[in-house]
This record gives sequence, structure tokens and C-alpha cells, in this order.
Amino acid sequence: MHPAFSVIFFTTSSGAGYGLLALMGIGAAAGLMPDSAMLAIVGLGLALAMITAGLLSSTFHLGHPERAWRAFSQWRSSWLSREGVLSVLTYIPAVIFSGGWVLFGVDAGFVRIAGLLAALGALATVVTTAMIYASLKPIPDWSNRFTLPVYLAFSLATGAILLNGIQALTVAPVPALRWLAIVFILIAWALKVAAWRHNDSLALPTAASATGLGTGEVRSIEWPHTQENYILKEMGYQVARKHAARLRRIAQGLAFALPLVLILIGALAGPAATFLPVLAAVLAVLSMVPGVLTERWLFFAEARHTAALYYGYPHARTK
Amino acid sequence: MTSLPSSTDRKLGLVIDLDTCVGCQACVTSCKEWNTGGHMAPLTDIEPYGAEPDGVWFNRVHTYEQATDTGSRTVHFPRSCLHCETPACVTVCPTGASYKRSSDGIVLVDEDKCIGCKLCSWACPYGAREYDTEVRVMKKCTLCVDRIYNENLPEEDRVPACVAACPVGARHFGDLGDPASPVSRLVEEREGVDLMPELGYRPVNKYLPPRARPSGSDESAPAQLEPVTAEGGFFGWVDRMLSG
Repeated sequence: MHPAFSVIFFTTSSGAGYGLLALMGIGAAAGLMPDSAMLAIVGLGLALAMITAGLLSSTFHLGHPERAWRAFSQWRSSWLSREGVLSVLTYIPAVIFSGGWVLFGVDAGFVRIAGLLAALGALATVVTTAMIYASLKPIPDWSNRFTLPVYLAFSLATGAILLNGIQALTVAPVPALRWLAIVFILIAWALKVAAWRHNDSLALPTAASATGLGTGEVRSIEWPHTQENYILKEMGYQVARKHAARLRRIAQGLAFALPLVLILIGALAGPAATFLPVLAAVLAVLSMVPGVLTERWLFFAEARHTAALYYGYPHARTK
Repeated sequence: MTSLPSSTDRKLGLVIDLDTCVGCQACVTSCKEWNTGGHMAPLTDIEPYGAEPDGVWFNRVHTYEQATDTGSRTVHFPRSCLHCETPACVTVCPTGASYKRSSDGIVLVDEDKCIGCKLCSWACPYGAREYDTEVRVMKKCTLCVDRIYNENLPEEDRVPACVAACPVGARHFGDLGDPASPVSRLVEEREGVDLMPELGYRPVNKYLPPRARPSGSDESAPAQLEPVTAEGGFFGWVDRMLSG
């Protein structure tokens, strides 16, 4: 599939923003967040900015952004419409939670409830995003049992890395948060590797079943057109296959391995160290960003669509 | 509404005979000509005479070589919207622009509601929907909804433009929901197939597979001809002696 920058930016930016919002909301509801207005301003401010930037970016790739309001109407059947509805609804508790924390403190009853509702809305929105992809049967790389847990785990892992960095900068490094980030990173890493393995061994339809000809090898000998058309531009993207193995290593190194090591360094530096844990927490964020962008680029660029079978595209993965 | 009708009164669609199709592209050009002025008009062309021409077409004819037990054969394969019974292209639409008609099962796009998110084209396994980069909406085959009910046309012309154009009768139009209709009987006789049925879209359009050819080429091979000029030399002399 053609990796459109707007959608890569939307899924990564909003995903991390929703993860950050969910963790802060759950933390506040459970009474685990330090009562710091600065943490609320920086943390929730960043979460809402990343969510909003992502949502705006996703409307830029529309042919008619001025009609985007229509996308709230078909939530009965469409995951994209559900995503639109939930993303807007989540703003209500998120704004009450953020404003309430800054003005009345994190321990106010309504702030805790709003935090919990914002967290639920954030996670539900990530679920709808994942389901847009997981429900597309023509793209077996997406329509499998890994897409939903991977999206949720990435959202929480990137949110936890962000929260770890922000908390270290604004309040003080929190040991429990470090271990939470480490656990989410390990879960996301394991799920992503399992998803890649699953996709590499997929038995995909062939040109023989796409054309209904059934038996025997079916070889494309003439296209209907001499140049690329919409179908090939959108669904015949093949660049990633060439460098897939190297890009997967880069994504794993930057999104998982390096943040993991940095956060561990912060954890093992001891309670006396003040500068090193903060530096490590911030560097983990800076490493995670290009890593997740690479992973998401691969998610789109490596995905194979059945329509390309009609053009004789070899869909078998080559190592 | 992008929720699908639970059933449709009729299931209008096409039956395409891969045994007969000669890949002449007449259906392709006829479709383009009618529809660039029809319901989904225009069918925009980008750089039609330039180095990289592109544009919206509802019908594309591919050519394949298929290996069979009796040697390989060439198969021409017209590809267009199959007007599926459970089309995910409709249910994924967030705006209600895509819909399936409960009267005849035709899948259409309301251009005025389309936001151009392209998700429906991702949801179509058959690559039937094409995005118009100029009008910035999604376009697709209408089964010539503006021909088949058009009382301004003579009755024999009230068929999709591709069907009217086919010079070899490889394209058939009718109600596939009626088991007694000529198209349904044709599908039954010729064992018509669905494309990628495992995906569960339940296409209405059917494809008739190429007929099996007789095994062994002896029966149909032309007889060997005698050489026109007689061979010279010793063997020519032997040949003449023995022939006489």
C-alpha cells in the first residue's frame, strides 16, 4: 500500500497522544499521579496537541476536507466513522480532566472521573483506528489478529515513553513509571515481531484465484494500460520490500531496544543520580520517534493488496 | 446509509465469458465513452497524450497466460465492479456516499457526499474503484444505471454500454437473483465462478471459465504438406523411384 505521510503521521502522533492521555487518566483515577500543575500542562498539553495534529493531518489527505463532517454519520457500519465520533467525544472528558487538574488539582473527584473517561475514550479511539485496518480483508497483512493488539501496545508503549520523559523533566523520575514503560515496550516489541512473522508466512491468494481461473499457473502477459494507474499507485507500492529487513532492524532498534536500554540505565543509576535518569528518559523519547515512524511506514509500505494480483505482482515475500 | 440492505429485489449484474472474450477492448472504450457523460461523469483523463497518461476507467481488460494440462492458453480478462452482495466498500464508507440499492443491488457512489478518503478502494479486493484526482472523489462502474432504465433509448439498447459493444457476445447482462433468467441459466450450464469467494464479498457478477480443449493435438493439427520442389541428388532419385 502507498504509505501516505498524512496517515503515518496521524496514526503515530495520535496513537502516542492517546496513549499518554490514557496513562495519565488512569494514573489520576487510581490516585498515582503527583499533584503537579506543570506535569498536567506539559503532559496533557502535549497529548492533546499530538492528538489534534494527527487528526488534522488525517483530514489533509481527504479529497474534500470541507465535507469531513459527513464522516460522523455512518458509525453503524464504518470503523472510520466510529473513529471520527470517538475522537471528538474524547475531547470532552479530556478537556475537563486537563483543565480540572490545572485549576483544582489532580485529586478532585470530578477530575479523577474525567481522567478515567478520557482514558477510556482514548483507548477506544485507538481500537477504532486499528479496526479500520484489521477489517480490510483484501490486505491480509492487516486483517489478522495482530493488528488490534499491536496498535494498542504501540499506543501505550509510546505514551509511556513520553510520560516517563515528561515526568522526569517536570517533577522527578518515578521508578514505577520506568518499569511500566519497560513492560509496554517489551509487549509491543514481542507483538510486532510476531505480526511480522505471521505476515511473512501468509498464504496469499494468487492470480489464479483472483481471476477465477483456478488451476495452473496464471501469468500476466499484458496490462490494460501502459502506465501506472490509480490502483497501481495506491496498492502496488513495492519499494519497501527491497529494504524491509534492514528497516525492520532500524525500527526495532530505535523504537524498542534503545529506549529500553536508556530507561534501564535511568532505573539502575540509583536514587542519588539526578541528571542521568532525566537525560536517559528524554533520549528515549528522541529515539522512539523515528523508530515508530519507520515501523508505521513499513506497516503501510509492506502491506500487499489483492488488487495488485491482477497486474501479476509477485506477492510472495522475498528475504 | 452505508449499512447494507438485507436483501435486494433483483441482483442485476454481468456474466463474462472468458472462453469467448478476444481482448479487443471494445467494452473498455465504449464504457469510457458512455460514462464520461453519464451518472459519474466526467471520467477524467490526466495527460492523455503525454508521457505518463492516467485516468479513470470503470472497466479494464487484462491478458494472462494460463498453464493447463493441454498446453498453455491466452485468457483475456475484463475486470470491473462485481456489484457484490456484501460489499465492504460500502460498509467502510464513513459518509454514506457509497450505497447498495435495495431495488436492483447496484453499488453506487453519491459524488456530492464523497470526501475522497479512498478507504472504499482499499476495501475492494478487485481494484474496481478508481479515484478521480481532479474531481477528488471516488468513481466506479454504475452498471450503466443511466442506460438500463432509460426510456429515451430503444429497448434493445437498455443494457450496459460494455454489453452493447461486445462484438463476440462475451458479456451478458441480467438478473442473477432470478434462477430462471437467461444469465442464471448460463452460469449454471457453464459452471460460472466467483472471483476470490474466500473473501466473502459474494460477487453478483460471474465469470465463465474457458472451455477445456480436447487433450492431444493430433485431431486438430493440420495435415503435413508435400514439399513443393522435388529434392535433388541421390535421395531425390530414390524418392522419385519409390513414388512412381
